[in-house]
Amino acid sequence: MALSPEQAKALIEMVTVTRDQEMTCDECLADIAEFVEVQLTGTPFSDALQAVQDHLDRCHACIDEYHVLHQALEALDEAP
Amino acid sequence: MRAPRDNATWTRDLRALGHVQAEAITDLRELLLRGLAKSLQARGAIDQPFLEDVVQQALVHILDHLEQFQGRSRFTTWAMTIAVRLAMSALRRKQWQDVSLESLTEHADFTPALAIDDTVSPAQQAEQHAVFEALGRFIDEALTDKQWMAITAELGGMPVEEIARRIGSNVNAVYKLLHDARQRLKRGLETAGYAAEDVRSAFA
Repeated sequence: MALSPEQAKALIEMVTVTRDQEMTCDECLADIAEFVEVQLTGTPFSDALQAVQDHLDRCHACIDEYHVLHQALEALDEAP
Repeated sequence: MRAPRDNATWTRDLRALGHVQAEAITDLRELLLRGLAKSLQARGAIDQPFLEDVVQQALVHILDHLEQFQGRSRFTTWAMTIAVRLAMSALRRKQWQDVSLESLTEHADFTPALAIDDTVSPAQQAEQHAVFEALGRFIDEALTDKQWMAITAELGGMPVEEIARRIGSNVNAVYKLLHDARQRLKRGLETAGYAAEDVRSAFA
């Protein structure tokens, strides 16, 4: 079964955004708590946390988890 | 109403004995349930037993790994990260339980002519064809069978965790496998004269 045009385009995108150094999922998870708090406050993040953003730009599972975490923390700020 | 705990109080109370610990666990449990319930409500197929089970697993993990909390975030954020990871892992497992790796990867091949977007201009189609021809050569030359299998599974939507589960590996190893594959293909395209910007413009 050949790759569809959409899959082929996704492959191209995957390849072109590749960096020489990328965080693994576990490394991202280790910093995600700090990252999401910075995002919630809207302040610029450090170079160290930029690596988290770079990973999230490439990893569907981790970006999905990040969105859920973000929403969960926003829910805590609402009145119970 | 109890004053909110700071990080030090959370970790102290959770390490304490008796009613102090029990109260802290109850409060943390309530907080995790509230956050997960709200954030997962749009996902469907989330019921209270599922949430209770995930939060219980999270509490066990948190209590067993309190020493791993480094204080770089609020304690509750760190705890919620653990709960979300467990919940999402369980959801992904359920979502993909009936999908085999073979169904996504068997006979998957890269045929440049079939990958071209025929809705774009002839000139752009020609550009895409040239890039795909080069990419196809490097897929054959530079990637292992395992790497191509992992790439096609990922392109089929399978999460890295589920790929890892099926091949008896772990998430980090599969991520590195995919990263190495992507690097090889990127270097191959650059060697063939296709810089990332040129490639992206052909697919804009």
